[in-house]
Amino acid sequence: MNVLRSFYLVVRRDPLLMTCAVFVLVVTTLAIWGVNHTGYDANQISNASLQWPSRAHWFGTDLFGRDLLTRTLYGARFSLLIAAAATAISLGVGVSYGMISGYIGGRVDNLMMRVIEILYALPTLILVIVLVATLEDPATRLLQSMGFRGVQPRVVLLFVFIGLTEWLTMARIIRGQVLVLRQQVYVQSSFALGQSHVKILWRHLLPNLSGIILVYLTLTIPAAMLDESFLSFLGLGVQAPKASWGTLVSEAAGLINPIHSYWWMLLFPGAMMALTLLALNFLGDGLRDAFDPRSSGRQ
Amino acid sequence: MAAIIIRRLLQAIPVLFIIVSLTFVLMHNAPGSPFTTERHIPAPIMAELEKKYHLHGTFAQQYGAYLGDLLHGDLGLSTQYRNRTVNEIIGQALPVSMVLGTLAYAFALLAGTTLGGLAAVRQGRPRDRLIVLAALLGISIPNFVLALLCIRVFAIDLNLLPVAGWGSLDQIVLPAFCLSVPFIASITRLTRGGLLEVLRLDFIRTARAKGLSETAVLFRHALKVAILPVVGYSGPAVAGVLTGSIVVETIFGIPGIGPFFVNSVLNRDPFMTCGVVLVFGLFLILCNLATDILYFVIDRRVNLQ
Repeated sequence: MNVLRSFYLVVRRDPLLMTCAVFVLVVTTLAIWGVNHTGYDANQISNASLQWPSRAHWFGTDLFGRDLLTRTLYGARFSLLIAAAATAISLGVGVSYGMISGYIGGRVDNLMMRVIEILYALPTLILVIVLVATLEDPATRLLQSMGFRGVQPRVVLLFVFIGLTEWLTMARIIRGQVLVLRQQVYVQSSFALGQSHVKILWRHLLPNLSGIILVYLTLTIPAAMLDESFLSFLGLGVQAPKASWGTLVSEAAGLINPIHSYWWMLLFPGAMMALTLLALNFLGDGLRDAFDPRSSGRQ
Repeated sequence: MAAIIIRRLLQAIPVLFIIVSLTFVLMHNAPGSPFTTERHIPAPIMAELEKKYHLHGTFAQQYGAYLGDLLHGDLGLSTQYRNRTVNEIIGQALPVSMVLGTLAYAFALLAGTTLGGLAAVRQGRPRDRLIVLAALLGISIPNFVLALLCIRVFAIDLNLLPVAGWGSLDQIVLPAFCLSVPFIASITRLTRGGLLEVLRLDFIRTARAKGLSETAVLFRHALKVAILPVVGYSGPAVAGVLTGSIVVETIFGIPGIGPFFVNSVLNRDPFMTCGVVLVFGLFLILCNLATDILYFVIDRRVNLQ
């Protein structure tokens, strides 16, 4: 609640940030609720193949005569879902890793930071490609044994592994903050009063990190979204008939030819995605300027 | 200095060993065999095939054989591109990717520092705001959307540049540009941020007080210090160039290493996949080391450990 409140306090001051926040909110609402209210089914094939945008089909139709507006919103669902889930994973891993490393300090800290350096120097997305392409069978079995039948294993693999690639920066920043915070008098004194380590981390350090967590959370969502679209574009992401923005753009890519221009196929999903990413990046930048003024301008 | 470089290179060996082993295990356990086709292959032929590609026996035997080959500098045979060795394919494809990546990153450095400088000297003015917005847009547009848009507009509608292919100079322009855009954007932001911090410092005031022209202050004094974050960014950015080039090469039909890699993963080509992962990993580690050394050469206060 605290985090949401500080988010609102920052955003309220700047009309541009407000616009971005509203835009993201609108896209999310449309993705969740709007898909069922366009008058078309996202997977319904019709004879009206590759039609120009018109009053009946605002964004036109695709190769199979599906309404592109519905498809774009339907794709938004998966793009947003995977980005949000991946961000949650990277948040959990990054924050706990950074907090533990910074709080314990010394040798452990040194080792944990060395691990991060090594991971930074790895071709992580390349490894994610290999992991997603090869682990589909075990993932399917695991999901079935857990009773999830309607879930695509790919989707789960995507957000787990994208989540596991995007936590490094978060861990580093959190660790740096914890190193400073744990020297503060109030932390020292609560330790002297016999507070346990877990409670100090949870009660005293975490609330003080919420601003910075919020900033990197906002910046991780677009990064995860880009990763997902990259994998989906290569055919390693969400599988048909389900769609994400990446697969929609890759469908458009297959239709580029010199004779016919199916510009709406590329323009609408592409623009929707770019605008959402822009809005999220804008929010992240704005929040960083507010919560972490010293780092403004960097990266 | 030399000792540190050697130590870093030695540290790289276990890291590379782990990622190659991981890839090998994953490819080995993945469903589907590299020899699966529509036609049924008789058992004796299958056995011969597996023998030829060193894929016979238990997993330990296969893995051992592969590691043995690796130590001899032999990356194995590609199962997908029959009768070609992985060394040969990578030997042909890697230079193409390197030319593309180097050109794109060089262009990004040039354009990014220029734009960053142009923005920083006019902080808060319309020009600055425009450049900042453009940089944010550059980070937000996915590579492949931009590439498809460029093909549509510049290659098909305006007919200025070729749609795809590799070999002539005009075929390089679009892919290199599309690959460089996110890096131009990041470098612009880094340069601008660095310059804004540096331009406030005392030595800049001294330089101005000496009566140096604003250009000299900017290029001879400020940029030298402000460029440091860009140097630090360049190591990890190589990873981005690699992944970005996978998409760009696929879209523009460039015979680089990216399309080979994606095909080899999808077609369960174990040696090709491991080979590319190894080459990518080695390349990244070398680039990161080079960046750190460069950083140290520019700024002696940096600790190379």
